[in-house]
Amino acid sequence: MHNLLRILGNPDNFPIIILLFTVYGFFIYAMKKAKRNDERGVPYEADETDKVQVWPYLVRIEFIAAIAVMAFVLAWSIAFDAPLEEPANPTLTPNPSKAPWYFLGLQEMLVYFDPWIAGVLLPGLIIIGLMAIPYIDINPKGNGYYTFKERKWAITIFSFGFLVLWVLLIFVGTFFRGPGWNFFWPWEEWDPHKVVAITNVDLTELFGIPTYNPDGTLNPIASILGGVVVIGYYAILMPIGWLWLKKKMPDFAEKFGLTRYVITSYLFLTMIALPIKMILRWTLNVKYVWVTPWFNV
Amino acid sequence: MLAQIKKKIKSSDIYKSIFRHGYEDTQRNRALMVVDNVFLHLHPVRVSRHAVNYGYTWGMGGISFLLFIILTITGVILMFYYRPAAEYAYEDMKYLMNDVPFGALIRNMHRWSAHLMVITVMLHMFRVFLTGSYKPPRQFNWVIGVILLLLTFLLSFTGYLLPWDQLAIWAVTVGTNMARATPFLGHQGPFGPELGMRPDNDIRFLLLGGTQVGPPALLRFYVLHCIFLPLVTAIFLAVHFWRVRKDGGISGPSPKKI
Repeated sequence: MHNLLRILGNPDNFPIIILLFTVYGFFIYAMKKAKRNDERGVPYEADETDKVQVWPYLVRIEFIAAIAVMAFVLAWSIAFDAPLEEPANPTLTPNPSKAPWYFLGLQEMLVYFDPWIAGVLLPGLIIIGLMAIPYIDINPKGNGYYTFKERKWAITIFSFGFLVLWVLLIFVGTFFRGPGWNFFWPWEEWDPHKVVAITNVDLTELFGIPTYNPDGTLNPIASILGGVVVIGYYAILMPIGWLWLKKKMPDFAEKFGLTRYVITSYLFLTMIALPIKMILRWTLNVKYVWVTPWFNV
Repeated sequence: MLAQIKKKIKSSDIYKSIFRHGYEDTQRNRALMVVDNVFLHLHPVRVSRHAVNYGYTWGMGGISFLLFIILTITGVILMFYYRPAAEYAYEDMKYLMNDVPFGALIRNMHRWSAHLMVITVMLHMFRVFLTGSYKPPRQFNWVIGVILLLLTFLLSFTGYLLPWDQLAIWAVTVGTNMARATPFLGHQGPFGPELGMRPDNDIRFLLLGGTQVGPPALLRFYVLHCIFLPLVTAIFLAVHFWRVRKDGGISGPSPKKI
């Protein structure tokens, strides 16, 4: 309990509280509007296509919003001082060392993936994937109003990525990760000497194939099998999805095109790989799926 | 008497050369208020009624821009009191927090506005997604928005190091350690060692100007934070706003559909 109060009392964590309330609050609000629009058939936004003059109808709103935001920032700044800790000391590492709060989702991914995936590949794919959204979502409906019915897939996938994989992991990284980046419940005391049994095994070891030979060299069979699993994840699921799409929605598959499908399904499967690896870790203590001399997945 | 002075001022050549419009409640004058003002002419003269509805836009884009302005102003003030050298940086922070009049307030505003801006930019993006506003013809403006999101993160991250306290140096150490693992370009990344990457020549070295977060990193982050990234952000903001106008203003249901 003591730790939770300390984390909550840290003024640098106040933004995360704001983030949680605003993100989930706005999501519920938007979905209510979407439901209202969907039930009515014609979006409410369409009722108001008549024009109003910017001066004063828009300018006054901007003015009031600006005053409100500045008053809020001023009050916040008077009430809470920005923290200033001890001077920088490269020889004294704090435990835990945490990245800025908005990167804690990425730091949390380090538990499940090596740094080259969690810190480089996945952030890069997040940026590229976000930029690709307008070009892979070819659904012309739902442009300029709240709706869920007309864009079920797009909204579900994006919201899962944003609300769960991004925001929720930030929350976990802030409030549940203590010394050694170990998991602590809020009521637990942060114990820097907490002993965590190292029980993690590689996926192939679950099937009785050791990753390393007795002399310490990499077992090529384990490495090849791991590669088959990782490459097979894409090589099998991507064609299956395409065939399913062609069978169930031939018109859509035609319009969507193979190139767009390959990019979309690659981004989607990579995103889903994160929760898959998380579940593998929680249930089977899987450390690596694929071990090679150069990199591990 | 007062009315006479007021009339005299208002009809003087100087006044008329500065303020071209009164507050007459006519359509024409309202339009002129917008198009004749360098700050307001970013707006169209008229917008559709739902576009001014706070429940539709959440106002997050505008608030993000306002926070960017607050951050620019408070940032310039902070620059008067801060030297980006390892032996001075922390002392200057202490001076700022304890002795400079309103120094702590300015620093707090800079810090909290920065946190808030990260949140409002993410919320703006979420709203744009949920209303499908990235759909034609606004596809490319969404891409520019993603670049602006990235720039917001980079601005916040580079600023994180400047207080030069334990929080700053270790948060940035954790963040930049990722660069070590960059495939091909980091000395711990896949195929990095094979390509001759060492701690003193890989991409992290380029970023930090050293093998650890030290004085050269402080100077690099300072220059990036105060000059390079704000300039780039301002350019992308200009393009972003310009395209909002060119693509037909705030998104809404297409009239053809209804």
